[in-house]
Amino acid sequence: MFGKLTLADIPFDQPIIIGAGGFMGLVVLAVLGAITYFKKWGYIYHEWLTSVDHKKIGAMYIMVALVMLLRGFSDAIMMRTQQAMAHDGLPGYLPPHHYDQIFTAHGTIMIFFMAMPFMIGLMNIAVPLQIGARDVAFPFLNSFSFWLTFVGAILVNVSLVIGEFGQTGWLAYPPLSELKFSPGVGVDYYIWSLQLTGLGTLLTGINFFVTIVKMRAPGMTWMRMPIFTWTIFCTAILIMAAFPILTVTFGMLSLDRYLGMHFFTNELGGNQMMYVNLIWAWGHPEVYILILPAFGVFSEVTPTFSQKRLFGYKAMVLATVAITFLSFVVWLHHFFTMGAGANVNAFFGITTMLISIPTGVKIFNWLFTMYKGRIQFTSMMWWTVGFMITFVIGGMTGVMLAIPGSDWVLHNSLFLIAHFHNVIIGGVLFGYMAGLTYWFPKAFGFKLNEKWGNASFWFWLVGFYVAFMPLYALGFMGMTRRMNHYDNPDWTPYLQVAALGALLVLCGILSTVIQLVVSIRNRNLPEYQDVTGDPWNGRTLEWSTSSPPPFYNFAIIPEVHELDAFNEVKKRGHEARAVPTYSDIHMPRNTPAGFAMALLAGVMGFALIWHIWWLVALMFVSIIGTFIVRSCNDDIDYYVPAEEVARIEGLHRARVASLEMTHVA
Amino acid sequence: MSPDSMTVDHAGHGGTHDDHEPNTVFGFWLYLMTDCILFATIFAGFAVGRHQYAGNVTGKDIFDLKYVGAETALLLISSVTYGFAMINTYQQKMGGLLAWLGVTFLLGAGFVGMEINEFHHLVAEGHGPDKSAFLSAFFTLVGTHGLHVTCGLVWMLVLMVQLTVLRKPLTQAYVHRLMCLSLFWHFLDIVWICVFTLVYLMGVQ
Ligand code: HEM
Ligand SMILES: [Cu+2]
Repeated sequence: MFGKLTLADIPFDQPIIIGAGGFMGLVVLAVLGAITYFKKWGYIYHEWLTSVDHKKIGAMYIMVALVMLLRGFSDAIMMRTQQAMAHDGLPGYLPPHHYDQIFTAHGTIMIFFMAMPFMIGLMNIAVPLQIGARDVAFPFLNSFSFWLTFVGAILVNVSLVIGEFGQTGWLAYPPLSELKFSPGVGVDYYIWSLQLTGLGTLLTGINFFVTIVKMRAPGMTWMRMPIFTWTIFCTAILIMAAFPILTVTFGMLSLDRYLGMHFFTNELGGNQMMYVNLIWAWGHPEVYILILPAFGVFSEVTPTFSQKRLFGYKAMVLATVAITFLSFVVWLHHFFTMGAGANVNAFFGITTMLISIPTGVKIFNWLFTMYKGRIQFTSMMWWTVGFMITFVIGGMTGVMLAIPGSDWVLHNSLFLIAHFHNVIIGGVLFGYMAGLTYWFPKAFGFKLNEKWGNASFWFWLVGFYVAFMPLYALGFMGMTRRMNHYDNPDWTPYLQVAALGALLVLCGILSTVIQLVVSIRNRNLPEYQDVTGDPWNGRTLEWSTSSPPPFYNFAIIPEVHELDAFNEVKKRGHEARAVPTYSDIHMPRNTPAGFAMALLAGVMGFALIWHIWWLVALMFVSIIGTFIVRSCNDDIDYYVPAEEVARIEGLHRARVASLEMTHVA
Repeated sequence: MSPDSMTVDHAGHGGTHDDHEPNTVFGFWLYLMTDCILFATIFAGFAVGRHQYAGNVTGKDIFDLKYVGAETALLLISSVTYGFAMINTYQQKMGGLLAWLGVTFLLGAGFVGMEINEFHHLVAEGHGPDKSAFLSAFFTLVGTHGLHVTCGLVWMLVLMVQLTVLRKPLTQAYVHRLMCLSLFWHFLDIVWICVFTLVYLMGVQ
């Protein structure tokens, strides 16, 4: 009836797990209780669960990302404390079986359920607004994508309490991840949660590609497109090219595990290195999927707060495109030790180093943008400056790893761990934090508290260096990654310093939480309110509409004549404030279908993990059925009458006028 | 926002209804490109495993080119008949459209049936996908294609039901759906030609 699932799969004997699971359960219950108590179910259902509005979907993506950041960071700090304790024959407090799940979950969560949703959330909020569109090309698909990611994240968290998570590292290399060596459900949780979110990401890639190609405002030629939109465009290409590879790779691993096939097994002709090649053919583009949007954010933040146009727009576009292509010809640098031979390794070493050229171009562009600018050191600008310094260091250690000879020594050591955290924290995370602060007022109509934003930045920056610089040294001292305990006393002091760094990062994360709480509480104070919709004196179209924008984004689709369209309009002097004539606006209807299908898919994933075949079949049929029913519904859109548009716009204008009055007074 | 500088008469621009529909076909075409990469990856897997017989059968032992040739013929002809269905679609001839869709469906179903039969025999004779890397790759590649065709059949069936039982008129939305399915169907043909060449023809040498 329940497949492999029995009560014994809930680890009642593990206080940490049960404690964490119980705590999570309580939080969920509290949230559900609060919704019920305040009678908000209707609101949640109509405004969020069924919403196809890209701004709301974006906000939900970022909420998932922030929650998963907490989860991923708990794992990180547990690893740091374990390694600080488990020296000289001491076992620490985490048994290997648990520790292995922690580093696997940490990596998986941070990449797939923190960084990816964060990035997709930012692009959902910003891209349609930047290109002057009213929604994305396929709003229903967008909602489906989000909920797929959501249920994927839920599955990962369920694994904490029911069963276990993988113990294979975040890429689940076989043969370790094969049934023979990982007979439990851990790898299955890993596979199915990632297949779900991976499908969501692929659909998002297609969606935003079409959106950017087809739905730009009239006059917005390719070279008038905001740089963030350019980076998302390239990211969408990377997603479409890379994620199918991931799907197939996990698919083959599942066939090995479920049907006894031999793609990657040790026996009967399987080839383990095929998995490693395939997963990195996805994996390297993936790191650029994460970093390009961060570059995009910095390219928006720097000109805005330097009060100058971006230096070298064309070079920036070219560099982005160059990185997009190069990212597909470097994957082998993740396993120079495979033994492909000197020539192959040399080829991939050189292509890898080539990427540093366009990246260097970008760094110089940002620097020259700041040069002679009137820089306002907001927290966003701090994240940017912190990024530039940190990322350059991480980039240089990356070039070291790109030399096959030195990689032979550093492979699989903590040097590598230090390197990629160096670029992923200093680049991706800093960029997304800057992006969150930057577009938050656009999405919600009020700004985030700067004091706590700055505190968060400094804690993260210092914390990062304290936590990861020792790891470079440890790598040279021969410490490999994924160690549960060790017997070299020389390493201990470094690991204790690293644990201190993790504590500082914890303060940074807490600062962000406080920042959110303080800002939400004070949102109605004038210094938090974003009255005009243009709080930073921005340059691109998203700042030309109100904050938060009306659900149709633009009452009148703007026409674009040059780069930095909104800035040009402002420069020419504007606000004739005559009431324009509005026309009817065509909008998609909300639908529960995306949510329902994703939820069913989540249950199907759970059933697959536990081999509950009847449930798999039932869910499969229900998903197809839901989709068919949805496709029979032709009433999926409607028109907002021009009078209604005029009414909403009038309200907004009145509000701006009155608030500006009180502001002056 | 300054109305004078940023206002346009945007007939056919922005968020009007008619503007969304071509997006569907374009988006679907992009999906097919991602599907192309999916198949390419499986082909790569097949290339790696194609001589890993592990003491079990080789392609030469199990492939019956005549049988597969007939299978191929069914699929290729079904592409032609789908073309006729599309011609009828453009001419808004519901009867012809349904008839040709029906023929296409039968041909497609025949293809899938023959493939299931082939798989069934192989498994029954002890050459299932768990016997060697070659067989794993073979079953996965051919099976993935077969699954795609099956999805296409279900989709075709749904469209036929929508157009007949639910009496949906042949609006632009449905024409676009038929076009997407058409792209899908021809795409699967192309993939099959690669499968036929790389798996079967090169496998019997
Ligand atoms: C916030 C501070 C962070 C700390 C203190 C931290 C700490 C760690 C530690 C201790 C490990 C295991 C090293 C080992 O194998 O011995 C690790 C691995 C990893 N981390 Fe982080 N991390 C942090 C943030 C991040 C972020 C933001 C990401 C990605 C967006 C990330 C992605 C990864 C990945 C992919 C692994 C590899 C997991 C594996 O070995 O399979 N980490 N991290
Ligand atoms: Cu790489």
